[in-house]
Amino acid sequence: MILRMQAANTRLDTSLHLETPEGTAVELHPAGIVTRAVAFLVDELIRWGVVAVTSIVAGVAGNFGMGLFLVVLFLTYWLYGVAFEVLNNGVTPGKRSQGLRVVHDNGTPIRLPASMVRNLVLAVDLLPMAYAGAIVSMLVTARFQRLGDLAAGTLVVHDVPELSVDGAAPQDMVSRAAPFPLKAEETAAFVGFLERSSTLTDARAGELAAILAPALGCAEAEARGQVERIGLGLKGE
Amino acid sequence: MKQQAFERSRADLWARFAGRLQGVKQGYKLADDEDPQAFAREYEQLARDLNLARARGYSRSLLVRLNDLVVRGHNVVYVYRTSFLRAMLRFLGGGFAARVRQEWRYVAVAMALFWLPFAAIWITIALAPEYVYSVMAPLDVAQLEAMYDPSARVLGPEREADSDFAMFGFYIWNNISIGFQAFAGGLIFGVLSVFVLVFNGLHIGAAAGHLIGLGFEDTFLSFVAGHSALELIAIVLSGAAGLMLGSALLFPGGQPRGAALRDAAARGVEIVMGCALMLLGAAFIEAFWSSSTLLPLMLKYVFGIVMWVLVLGYFLFAGRNRGS
Repeated sequence: MILRMQAANTRLDTSLHLETPEGTAVELHPAGIVTRAVAFLVDELIRWGVVAVTSIVAGVAGNFGMGLFLVVLFLTYWLYGVAFEVLNNGVTPGKRSQGLRVVHDNGTPIRLPASMVRNLVLAVDLLPMAYAGAIVSMLVTARFQRLGDLAAGTLVVHDVPELSVDGAAPQDMVSRAAPFPLKAEETAAFVGFLERSSTLTDARAGELAAILAPALGCAEAEARGQVERIGLGLKGE
Repeated sequence: MKQQAFERSRADLWARFAGRLQGVKQGYKLADDEDPQAFAREYEQLARDLNLARARGYSRSLLVRLNDLVVRGHNVVYVYRTSFLRAMLRFLGGGFAARVRQEWRYVAVAMALFWLPFAAIWITIALAPEYVYSVMAPLDVAQLEAMYDPSARVLGPEREADSDFAMFGFYIWNNISIGFQAFAGGLIFGVLSVFVLVFNGLHIGAAAGHLIGLGFEDTFLSFVAGHSALELIAIVLSGAAGLMLGSALLFPGGQPRGAALRDAAARGVEIVMGCALMLLGAAFIEAFWSSSTLLPLMLKYVFGIVMWVLVLGYFLFAGRNRGS
C-alpha cells in the first residue's frame, strides 16, 4: 500500500523558500493584503495624528508655525516609513502591531535606497484612487507585493516569533516500528502528528489518524494510538 | 540518526546560539563581548542542521524552530554595515555627479523636455505677449505681476524673518514633493515625469518671458538668480530618474520587466536623493537670501552666476577620478 502525501513541489501555502549563501533554504512568510492593510491603517493614524497635533501647535505660532507645519507635513508624508524602516530594521509601528517586517527580496535587512523607493512609489500605489494600484498589485503578485515593493525589490514578511524554550513533554508509551518503508516527508508527518495531536480535540485527532487505518491494518478506533507509537519509534527512544 | 538523538546531540549548540541571538542589539549588532567569528561559525552549523533536519524528514516543529534561529542569524550575518556619514560624504563628494553622468541619456532627454518648452514659450511671449495666457490663468498672471512690480517694491519693507520661515516650509513641501512625484510618477510608463518636466518648463518660461517683457527684470532676475541653478537642475534630474523607471518598463532590454525596473529604481533613487538635498539647499536660499531686498543687486547676480558655475562644474567634473 502506498501512502499519498502532499508532494513538496505542489505547495498550497504561501511560504517562500530562499536559499542563503550557506546553501540552506530558509522559509519566509510573505504577509497578505489584510494584515498589511491593518498595519498601514495604524501607520496612517499615527502620521495624521502627528500632523494634526502639529497644526494645533502651529496655529498659535503665526508664520513660524506655518513653516513648521509644512516641514512636518513633508517629513510625515514622505519620510515616515523610510525613517522607521531604515532605523528600526524594517519595522514601522503599524507593522509592529501586526508582527510584520520589510526585507529585501533575498531576505536581507532593508537599507535606505530600497526603503526610499518603496515609500516614494506609495504616491503611485494610491492611484487612481483609494490605493487601487497597491491593492491590485498585491492581489496579482505571488508574494503580495505592491508597486513600491516591485520597484524596490522588497517583501513584507511575518516576523519570526519571539524565541521560546521548547517544552516537549516526555511521552509515556511504547514505540513501534513502521510496518513499511517511509519517505522523508512521510516520516515528518508521523512525528508531526505525535508532537501536535495533543493540540487537537480527541475527536479530530482520531478522525485524522483513522485515514491511515486501512494502511496500518488496524481498527479505526486504534489508529490514533498506532500512529503515535510509530511516530515515537521514528523520532527516537 | 533518529530525530530525538539528533536533538539531544545538538541541544547545547542550539541553546548557546539562541543565547547569542538574545544578546543581539538594535540594528542587528552583536553584543559588545560577543565574538563575531564564533557567532558566524555557530550560524553555519545551525544552517547545516536545518538542511540535515529537512533531508532526514524530521518533524515540522523542529524545522520551524531551526528555521527561526537561522533567519535571525541570517539577519545578523548579512546586515549591511556602513558609516552613514562616510557614505554621505562619498555620495556628495562625487558619487552623485558620477551617477548623473552615467545616466546622461535620460538626463539629456529630461533637459530637452524641460528647456525646449521653456525657450519656446519665452520666445513666443517675447514676440506676442498675449500668449502668456495660453499657459497661465489671468489671475495668476496678475498675481505674478504684483509680486515683482518694481514700483510696489520701492517703499516695501524687508519681509519679516518669520514669514521667510513660512516660505521655507512651503518650498520644502512643494518643491521636494514635485521632485519625488516626478520620480515615482515615472512608474506610469514615464507619463507623469514627462508631464512634470514639460509643465514646469512652460510655466517657468512663461513667467520669465512675461516679467522680462514688462521690464521687471531687476526684481525678477535678482530674486531667482540665487536658487535657480539648484532648483531647476534638481527638477530636471528628478524627471530624468522618473524617465529611467518608465523606460525600464517600456524597453526592458534583455531582462524581465521586473528585473529591469528594480535595476532602474536602484540607480534612479540615488539621483532622487541627491535632488532632494539640492532642493533643500534651494529652499534655504530662496527663503532667506533671494527674498531679501536689502542685498545689493550686483551681489545677488554674482552669487547666482557662481552657483550656476558650481552646480554645472560639480556635475561635469566631480567624482571623475574614483572608480565608482
